[in-house]
Amino acid sequence: MLRLFWCILSRDLTLALRRGTDVLTSLFFFVIVVSLFPLGVGTEREVLQTLGPGVVWVAALLASMLALERLFAADHVDGTLEQMLLTDQPRALLVLAKITAHWLLTGLPLVLIAPLVGMQYHLTGAAVGVMMLTLLIGTPVLSLLGAIGAALTLGLRGGGILLALLILPLYIPVLVYGAGAIDVAATVSVADTRPYFELLGAFLLVTLVFAPVAAAAALKISLE
Amino acid sequence: MALNWFKFASPASFYPIAGRLVPAFWIITLILLGLGLYWGFFETADRLGGSNAQKEYYRIIFIHVPAAWMSMWLYVVMVGWAAIGLVFNTRLSFMMANAVAPTGAIFTFLALWTGAFWGRPSWGTYWDWDPRLTSELVLFFLYIGYIALHSAIDDVRRADRAAALLAIVGLIMVPVIFWSINCPDPNQCAALHQRSDLTQIDANILFAMLAMTFGFWTYSFATSFMRLRGIILQRESESAWVRDLLDTGDKA
Repeated sequence: MLRLFWCILSRDLTLALRRGTDVLTSLFFFVIVVSLFPLGVGTEREVLQTLGPGVVWVAALLASMLALERLFAADHVDGTLEQMLLTDQPRALLVLAKITAHWLLTGLPLVLIAPLVGMQYHLTGAAVGVMMLTLLIGTPVLSLLGAIGAALTLGLRGGGILLALLILPLYIPVLVYGAGAIDVAATVSVADTRPYFELLGAFLLVTLVFAPVAAAAALKISLE
Repeated sequence: MALNWFKFASPASFYPIAGRLVPAFWIITLILLGLGLYWGFFETADRLGGSNAQKEYYRIIFIHVPAAWMSMWLYVVMVGWAAIGLVFNTRLSFMMANAVAPTGAIFTFLALWTGAFWGRPSWGTYWDWDPRLTSELVLFFLYIGYIALHSAIDDVRRADRAAALLAIVGLIMVPVIFWSINCPDPNQCAALHQRSDLTQIDANILFAMLAMTFGFWTYSFATSFMRLRGIILQRESESAWVRDLLDTGDKA
């Protein structure tokens, strides 16, 4: 079981890193979206400090969502995905391995670039720390939930825009509590962010258990 | 007499039954809505045009609350049929889920719309990011997502099953809306919707509200069955009984 997980994970990572620009594209999308807001709403320090947490999280949502199409698409086109599902290995585990690889390539870079973005918005050191932590807990939830949508819309015409319609409503709780925690850390105190992290952690655990199963079921429906 | 329920699971045998039920549900709907509106306007303690003039805009409650209840309930009904379809692989269940979705979406929209008109005089704003407003809006998006996913997939079997799975995932929003009065941190989100309790409502107002709710419910039956009949004809258009039906004219 564990060997299957590592096998799929290392395969997906190797394939993606051979074409590194794909990984960088979603990262730069995130940076560009975040950089556009100050140009649009003005560069006053107070405004940016208020907007920062929400903008970072919305940009993370969009970046994560845009990368979702690649989660199963390439393997679906060349038939690999069908072969994988035909093996007698547990489907949910297989999907979880693919989601993990996807998060390492699209979610983790966002966490690492976050301090730079925090500087653009004049966030305090504590707020930046909290921001990195919320992204670290929250972006896996985005990948897990997104996998369900990616599996459901596999191979559909206009799949990308449809995926957004299906998945963004489900992302809202993560957005609310992710951005909320940063806001509390910036305006009240870091100690008060605890309930937010508890909720984000709960989201992560629940989606970690159920999302791979649901995504595997969705893949089965889409490939029948 | 042992009733064979599975007989009605066949679209061919349910089609005429639905056809007979539609007018019955319409009649009950009109009676209940008439009764509810009459009671809400003239039989409450502060009857319309009475001496103790209260703020009349509260009467929007007779549309707003039943619509909000039905928006949540119809989502549960839709998920129920979708889940039955996934488990038992019955075609009619998926068609039912499909037929309920637009009515549910309309009630969600109606709850938001009437809420805006109620919010303007009482809260001073059409819209606020109150937890219940926000979660109701998310419910609306979920209905739209269900309908959009279903219509984007050409293969009906895949469309049914994919949309069913999406509906089940979205079910988690319904309890969130229902209990969205209790905000995790009152300092962070001041809830405009206050905790309410059916036992504290004036009996006449409650009666009118319940009459409206059941009226909306039978309305949902009527419209869903009408839509279901359309869906059945569309999907079974290749089968012999539909061709017979079309040849002889719609007698059912």
